[in-house]
Amino acid sequence: MRLQYSSSIKIIRLPCTGKVDLLHILRAFEKGIDGLYVVGCLEGECHYKSGNLRAKKRVAQAKEILEKVGIGGDRVEMFNLSSSEAPRFVQAAEEMAARVKNLGPNPLRKAFKKMAA
Amino acid sequence: MIVADKKPIEEIIEEIRDYERILVAGCNECVTVCEAGGKKEVAVLASALRMYFMNQGKDVQIDEVTLERQCDHEYLEEIRDRVGGYDAILSLACGVGVQFMAEKYFSKPVLPGVNTAFMGGAEERGVWSERCQGCGQCILARTAGICPISRCAKRLLNGPCGGSTKGKCEISKDVDCAWQLIIDRLKELDRLDDYEQVMPIKDWSTERAGGPRKIIREDIRL
Repeated sequence: MRLQYSSSIKIIRLPCTGKVDLLHILRAFEKGIDGLYVVGCLEGECHYKSGNLRAKKRVAQAKEILEKVGIGGDRVEMFNLSSSEAPRFVQAAEEMAARVKNLGPNPLRKAFKKMAA
Repeated sequence: MIVADKKPIEEIIEEIRDYERILVAGCNECVTVCEAGGKKEVAVLASALRMYFMNQGKDVQIDEVTLERQCDHEYLEEIRDRVGGYDAILSLACGVGVQFMAEKYFSKPVLPGVNTAFMGGAEERGVWSERCQGCGQCILARTAGICPISRCAKRLLNGPCGGSTKGKCEISKDVDCAWQLIIDRLKELDRLDDYEQVMPIKDWSTERAGGPRKIIREDIRL
């Protein structure tokens, strides 16, 4: 459909969102990413039965941890859509891009700068 | 196995606030199975703590290690060479592991990272329940494999109390009446006569109430 979405988003493809591990999310934020969102199949329609449900739980855990350590739970989110719903994909992309822009850069970036100095 | 639950991260942060070089030590056995203190949980906790301290502007070194067991001296020995490089050890093992670690590395502060709860097993993923309280005198042969010491709120030995309603304990509708379970099982095993026999008076001296316990096996001591 050649729809456009924010260029600040990098896509990492997986066979199933069930492959996303809590550590992937946490270590990415530890290294300074500003936001992360996981896009999986609609609930009940996971190709691998329950991968997207595991991802949902892991994203929820990540939210809680990031909130508690002061990075911000809003920086991570889970979206469910069918692979045929291109406009919804774009909507999710734009929503996350706007949200993360609003939240500002990862607070750890300041710490990195200080350590480099 | 020993079932433990993760400590809230705020509590852990409070415990380690005075230290700058911390070793987070996990255990590959019980706490791995109940997903509270294994290699994965060590990695998650270490990552979270690093982010917290970096965000606070504090330079705290947090390293990770997972031992096979922390209740065994030979496994604890494996980190002897590393221990000197840390101000404190945050152990995610059960209470036994934390204490053995503290005994072994006497001059190093050892802090707990999980809340050790009970001896039990998994009913389903994410749900663990108590089955044994270590009374030291197992009577499961007479109660069809269901323990009234750990599963009966009153630890009764000769049948349900008057509070047993529709198979549930009077303390909560989520708790099964242990004696209902025992009777049902005895019926299933065709051994209801066992129920009629009065249980002899229990010797509680082997229970924790008799003081801290020790088992010595002369037949295997060298």
